[in-house]
Parts: sequence; C-alpha cells; structure tokens
Amino acid sequence: MPRTTISLIVSVSTFLVVMLLAGYVTGTPAFLMNRDDTDTLRIATTTSLDDSGLLNDILPDFEERYNTQVDLIAVGTGQAMVLAERGDVDLVLVHAPELEQEFVAQGYGVDRTTFMTNPFVIVGPVDDPAEVADASSAGDALSRIADSGASFVSRGDDSGTHFKELEIWASAGLSPSSSMGWYQPVGQGMGETLLTANEMEAYTLTDRATFVAIAPERVADLESLYGSPGQPGEGDPLLDNPYSAIAVNPESHPETRIDLARNFVDWLNMDSTLTSISEFGVETHGEPLFTLIEGS
Amino acid sequence: MTDPQCLLNPATNLLSAWTSVAGLTIQVSATAIIISALIGIPFGTWLAMNQFRGRQVLSIVLYAGMGMPPVVVGLIIFMLLSRAGPLGGLGWLFTPAAMVLAQVIISLPFVVVLTKTSVEGISSSVSEQLRSLGATDRQIARAVLWEARFGVLVAILAGFGRVISEVGAVMLVGGNIDGQTRVLTTAIVLETRRGQFEQAIILGAILVGVTLMIFAFVLHLSQRTRQTSV
Repeated sequence: MPRTTISLIVSVSTFLVVMLLAGYVTGTPAFLMNRDDTDTLRIATTTSLDDSGLLNDILPDFEERYNTQVDLIAVGTGQAMVLAERGDVDLVLVHAPELEQEFVAQGYGVDRTTFMTNPFVIVGPVDDPAEVADASSAGDALSRIADSGASFVSRGDDSGTHFKELEIWASAGLSPSSSMGWYQPVGQGMGETLLTANEMEAYTLTDRATFVAIAPERVADLESLYGSPGQPGEGDPLLDNPYSAIAVNPESHPETRIDLARNFVDWLNMDSTLTSISEFGVETHGEPLFTLIEGS
Repeated sequence: MTDPQCLLNPATNLLSAWTSVAGLTIQVSATAIIISALIGIPFGTWLAMNQFRGRQVLSIVLYAGMGMPPVVVGLIIFMLLSRAGPLGGLGWLFTPAAMVLAQVIISLPFVVVLTKTSVEGISSSVSEQLRSLGATDRQIARAVLWEARFGVLVAILAGFGRVISEVGAVMLVGGNIDGQTRVLTTAIVLETRRGQFEQAIILGAILVGVTLMIFAFVLHLSQRTRQTSV
C-alpha cells in the first residue's frame, strides 16, 4: 500500500477513536449495553407533568427510596396509552378518565389510582374580543369564541386536553372543523400550542399548570379568562382534569415490571409524596400547580 | 429549575447536562455513520462497477431513499422493536441502540448513492487502463475507490450531517429520556415546548459547533493527504 493510503487510514481511524472516546467520556456510560443490573421503571407520562417540572422535582425521592431508576418518556395521553398497550412501558401517568376506564376494562391496565387534578382553563388575547370572561359555562365560553370569529387553536393530537376540548364543544352542541377557518388544529404539544395561540392572538384550552409554568414572556399576549381561581368557571366540573397512574397489566405483558410499578403507586399515595405534589410550584411560581384529590 | 441541585449551582449543572447530551449525540451518530460506511461504501462501489438486471431499479430505490422522511423510518423501527413487534425480544426500544439503528437506515442511502456516483465518475477510464495491464477485479475496485476517496469522504459527511441533525426518528425510538436517550435535537424540541427559547438556541449552537468541528477536522485531514499524495 502507498504511504499516503496508510497515513489517511491511520489519521481517519485516530479521529474516529478520539471522537468515540470523547463521546464515551461525556455521554451515557451504558451506551449500547443492557442496564439489567439496575431496576428501571419505564413511565410514559403526559407532557404537562414533565414540562411543568413536577416529575423532576418529586421523582428523586422515589428513585432513592426504592433504589430504582425511572426512565421518563413524555408524550401525549393517546401515545402513552398505545405504548402501554404494546407493553413498551411499565406504567402511564395520564389524564383522560373515559379512555382510562376503557383501557382498564379492556384488560390493558391495572391498579389505576387517581391522585391529583390540574383544572383546564380557557386562555386568550388580553383584550378578549369574544368576551369569554363573562361566559356562564365552559360550553358558553367556546360558543362565544365560535360566534365572534376569533381564532381558536386546538391541540388536535388525541391528547387528554384535546379530548376534553371536544367534550366541551359537544356540551355546547358544536363540532368545529378546520374547514371553518377560525379553528386551527396544530397537532402539537401543550407548550407549542400556547406559543402558537400567543402568536396568532387566538384562544385555546390549556391545563393551568402548563400555562403557569411556561416562560411568561413567551405567552405575554395571553391571559387566563375562564376557569382560574377567582374567575368564572372556577371549580366547573367540566373543567376538572384528574390525573391517574395506571400500571400495565402483567397478564398481557409479563415482561413489564409490575413490581416496580406497584412500588410507584404505593409511593404516590404516601403522605410525604402528596405533600410535595401539593407544594410544588409555590416556590417558583408563587402558587401551587396541582391540587390533591380529597381522600386519595 | 425545580431540581434542588440546580438551585444550588445552576450554571455547573446545566453545563454538565449539556455536555452529556452532546456526548451522547456524538456517540450515537458516529456509531451509526461508521456502520453505515462499512456497509455503504463496499455496496456503492459494487453497484458502480457491476452491470446486472435490475440495477436501474435498485438505483432509483436508493435515490428515493434519500428523500424518505426520517420520522417514517423511526415509526417502522418503533413498530419492529416494540415489545408487541417482531424484534421486541431484543429490548432495544428507548435505548441508544434503537437510535443507532434508525440513523444507520436513514444515512445508508446517502452513503451508497454518493459513493456510487463518485466511483462512477472515475471508474471507466481508470479501470480500462488497469484491466489492460492485467489487474484483477479486486485490485481494480481498490484502485478506483482510492481515486474516488474524496467523493467517498463527502458521502460519509453528508450522511453524518443528516443523522446528527435529525429529530423525528430519534424522538420516537429513543423516547428523549433524560440522561439515557436525550440528544441535542430532542433537547431542543423539549426546551422549545417549555418556552425556554434561549436554551434551545444555545443547544442549537452547540450542535452546529460540534458538526463544524468534526467537518473541519475531516476536511483538514483530507486536504493534508491530498497534498502528500501529489
């Protein structure tokens, strides 16, 4: 072989080795290796719990107490349920009560525990052209938006929030579609949807925690108009948003870690965990983001 | 910043988090492109130097593969690796291995096609000459590939650039798990969703910086070998 060939091969392989070493030093130690030695609980969670920072705040206590590592996969409720049905996760944290009941009834999930709520609120432009702040019900609020011709941004992604939105439209006897022009399904997460609504001076339905936790300067033109404490619609049962933990049924997927999932459910019901949940947000945002369900 | 450790020392923690995310990004994409090169370069060379039935069809399929949306590749791999899927037993879903697999599939058409075109650009004249001198097929292939080395380098870099900046497939099959499968692109999506645009932009700058360093280094090497070989 010519000398240049050798020198090229040597330098390229040196480069690759250096790059990989750099990757291995700074990256994940368990890269491409099974982590069978540590107990790992895989949770598919709705994005609101991850984006708001709640899980980052409370999970270290669980991980330490049970010597278990938690892998969090933040997706919409629809996708979380599919991951659970296929046995790709051990537990889901979701918020779509009717779907959850169906999910358990079909034998996909066990040990469903509803532990907290995070009510929905309707947010919109500060000048409120549709006068949502004077609405008499959640359905009335959305009717006003439809009548005014103001834009409404919908999640449109089969998430828990999307299902709730459809339920409220139905309660008002309406079924909007994107062909109406003012109704804009974006098919994205709550954070992106709020950013879009802010740019479009549109209304949207959001859970309160995500709205409070998102960087305020990014949604400066949006205001909560219906459903927040002190506003009409506070405590409206239609805006209730209970969250549940459901373990994947070990009978349909024996390889899932039901033991770890049960530990997690036990831990969720501990007084210390519930206290951390109810206090979360006070320090950073001046108010709690999640409310415990009485008697849970 | 609700993590108590972050409250203690936000700058250090953020920096170490970013370093490990950048490290994993390189680990995954470098591993993927090495595998892709090991398969794609011989295959591309073989395609360029051999005539056979269906060669045209195969080329069209490979060209089309360059336009395949990565998220579709991700979805197919997700369904294969899911526990309910045929390869579920491997336990690869939501691990870096799944991300590497996705990136190999995404980059392979680029490596094969670009290797093939650069070899074709050289092959006819050089190989005729060598054949008349009595060289074997294997010797001809080696010589032609050597002549086409800079084109092949571009093939590898193009594939690498595609996979390191890709987000849809690695999000689906990796799951964007903090400390496990979070890479620069999925971290950018997360920070954007949280409205933390500054952090998203910084992560984007790190991605560009990493890519720039790698490309500059490789091009510098190729420049040096080009000079010494003249």
